[in-house]
Amino acid sequence: MAIEITMPALSPTMEKGTLAKWLVKEGDTIESGDVIAEIETDKATMEVEAVDEGTVAKIYIEEGAEDVAVGTLIAMLAEEDEDVASVAAGGAAALAPTVTATVPAQEEVFVAPAGPVAVAVAEDPEIPEGTAMINQTVRESLRDAMAEEMRKDPDVFVMGEEVAEYQGAYKVTQGLLDEFGPDRVIDTPITEHGFAGLGAGAAFAGLKPVIEFMTFNFAMQAIDHIINSAAKTRYMSGGVVECPIVFRGPNGAASRVGAQHSQNYAAWYANVPGLKVIAPYDARDNKALLKAAIQDPNPVVFLENELMYGETFDVPDLPDYTAPIGKARIFTEGTDVTIVSYSITVGEAIKAAEMLAEEGISAEVIDLRTIRPLDLDTLIESVKKTNRCVVAEEGWPQCSVASDVSAQLMEQAFDYLDAPVTRVNSVDVPLPYANNLEKAAVVSAEDIVKAAKAVCYTD
Amino acid sequence: MSDYEPLKFYVPEPTGRPGDEPDFTKLIIPDAGSARKPAIDCRPQEIKDLATTIIRVMNRDGEAVGPWAEGIDDDVLLDGLKAMIRTRAFDERMMTLQRQGKTSFYMKCTGEEAIAIAHKLAQTKGDMNFPTYRQQGLLLATDYPMEDMINQILSNEKDPLKGRQLPILYSARSHDYFTVSGNLGTQFIHAVGWAMASAIKGDTKIASAWIGDGSTAENDFHSALVNASVYKPPVVFNIVNNQWAISSFRGIAGGDEATFAERAHGYDIPSLRVDGNDFLAVYAVSRWAIERARRGFGPVLIEWVTYRVAPHSTSDDPSKYRPKEESTAWPLGDPILRLKNHLIARGLWSEERHAQAESEYDEEVRVATKEAESHGVMGAGSSPKDMFEAVFEELPPHLREQRQKMGV
Repeated sequence: MAIEITMPALSPTMEKGTLAKWLVKEGDTIESGDVIAEIETDKATMEVEAVDEGTVAKIYIEEGAEDVAVGTLIAMLAEEDEDVASVAAGGAAALAPTVTATVPAQEEVFVAPAGPVAVAVAEDPEIPEGTAMINQTVRESLRDAMAEEMRKDPDVFVMGEEVAEYQGAYKVTQGLLDEFGPDRVIDTPITEHGFAGLGAGAAFAGLKPVIEFMTFNFAMQAIDHIINSAAKTRYMSGGVVECPIVFRGPNGAASRVGAQHSQNYAAWYANVPGLKVIAPYDARDNKALLKAAIQDPNPVVFLENELMYGETFDVPDLPDYTAPIGKARIFTEGTDVTIVSYSITVGEAIKAAEMLAEEGISAEVIDLRTIRPLDLDTLIESVKKTNRCVVAEEGWPQCSVASDVSAQLMEQAFDYLDAPVTRVNSVDVPLPYANNLEKAAVVSAEDIVKAAKAVCYTD
Repeated sequence: MSDYEPLKFYVPEPTGRPGDEPDFTKLIIPDAGSARKPAIDCRPQEIKDLATTIIRVMNRDGEAVGPWAEGIDDDVLLDGLKAMIRTRAFDERMMTLQRQGKTSFYMKCTGEEAIAIAHKLAQTKGDMNFPTYRQQGLLLATDYPMEDMINQILSNEKDPLKGRQLPILYSARSHDYFTVSGNLGTQFIHAVGWAMASAIKGDTKIASAWIGDGSTAENDFHSALVNASVYKPPVVFNIVNNQWAISSFRGIAGGDEATFAERAHGYDIPSLRVDGNDFLAVYAVSRWAIERARRGFGPVLIEWVTYRVAPHSTSDDPSKYRPKEESTAWPLGDPILRLKNHLIARGLWSEERHAQAESEYDEEVRVATKEAESHGVMGAGSSPKDMFEAVFEELPPHLREQRQKMGV
């Protein structure tokens, strides 16, 4: 039987890639293990090895093709006893059902639910009218934020595992070593506790370190320095010693990295006086708030999200664009229910708002952006208008950010509420590895819609 | 005016980056058989020289020479060679499963097979391993079902860990293999705790702790050594120095000028540095260290000098950070080839038997993979119900409610 060769996934988060080069041509005989092609992703270039042996009957995707989705048929292989010509001729037709079957599955992932209703995107007073926009990924926006601050201020430097030579495990520090050199972009030994403490020490000496954790899951080792050293020294030194440091890296569930690598630490750090905690959603806020964090004279925990790194958004083309720490952003305006969220779940909240709009429910989506200090005023103003609130957060429910928002609204906006503030959180179990279980455990737009309809009493 | 120059700090650099010629001139390789074999009850300070040499048994002609060559059964060598061939066949197939999109992640141990396998064969049933993700040989040298390993890699309906854990982070208590942690280094101190418990219980089991060169930077490594130094429990510390931690060479872990083995000296722990690609050396030194620990003489540290031929994982490309030819230029060679040559020279093995063993294990892996794939790939088959099982005898009310909400 003919063997199909499909676009391989080189990492769990890879969705598409560039077929950079074919190293075989039609008619070539290949052995299992032969390198047949080179594929580029935003993370790396990799060689694709043949799994089976046979003769290359047909190449469907030419070299140089960009954005080839994982699973796309790229070539057909005829086995030893097969006629190459008939495989080449019949292969694609025979496989047509498989190919078409993969398309809807992908639409399900990337395209908004059927018939989305446009929701009003709030005007942004922070951006002057007529500002040009650059379309870029969250990854690029973070890199630009660091590069701009490093150009401006020689005291800023970046340190962490794989940040220099390898350009970051998730390529967030791409190009920084070339521009700023090994004195300011520094690879560290694998000791989070070590380089977090070292960063705190350098900050006490007046520098402004940006400490990258490969993920915040690894920062659990370093939490003593984040909380007991960085957050408390200004207080303990009677205001004499400051610690201008940023701890940044991906936080929350990624894609199939298991229970120990899929945790949201927002609530942990937000519990600590002396820390500022930022967890933005789109590229614009990631850039603006990372710059603000680096400029801030205090320790900031900056929580990114791996699944958002490759997403693109408009970012204002302004020379020194920052956003205020501690200020929430009204993402879409609405009148019936307030949906509060932060980080990746804002995307689910926006989808939920679109789904609710179809049913005639007008939702106001608020992105907290900063978890500590919490912008309660913006939330109260919204609840005064909608009288209902759902808080959506990818993370466990108990003692969560959602719990705190809920409690504070109950204390300070009780008279405006027509329904209990409702939390939408992940399932209360360590996150499973298996794809389907992982999806079932985290917060989806559907979960938010359900909660929003419940507080509107429309169920 | 100060006559001091402005201070500078130092960032170690490897001897080669992509485009450079591989350069291993810094690695001094003593002759096979030149390192002495100390008494089992020697004091740590008496063998400090063994932390800076490289203990080797097989010479360039494939002969086993010197004091460490004595008393090794032929059966151990034959079993070891077969387990190494089996492990390599397994790794190759699993890597292609990842490239086919049937699993999300894999890590090979190519070139490092001798270390886990010879060490395992030197252990006694009940001796506990606290492995990293690159000691699959500890399982593949035993009768642990290969199909269960693949079921976990595919995360299918027969996954013994029910879709909860990453591929390759196996858990096999029945085969003396502790649940692999995704967080680097934590197992190193756990092994010390386990060994303490063995001593407290009056047992005769020892623990083997595993770590990579890069992870020796982690606190867990240092805490493990200081605690082992104080309490002297029966633990063998294995540092697999494969030169690279993703793109960071061993110097970024402080292992450029001083050896990793030398770190034990400050803790008064005996340590030995060994050719990790020499199956006989790995077996002999493991046996010595395990025996010493079991006789109540306390911990031993071993640095296994080897080279990570494979990428770190399926997510990186070594040609971006090290010379492409470095793995073929590695002066300690390939562990399978070296043992094969030794056994052929002694008339215990042949080219024909080798080729036959390779095809037998390829076939075993192929059949096991096919069977495992019939139970689903990439998560197909796990049920959301699995998330709530195998932890509580009776599900607490809040979890029962969540499960009901999910309709499972």
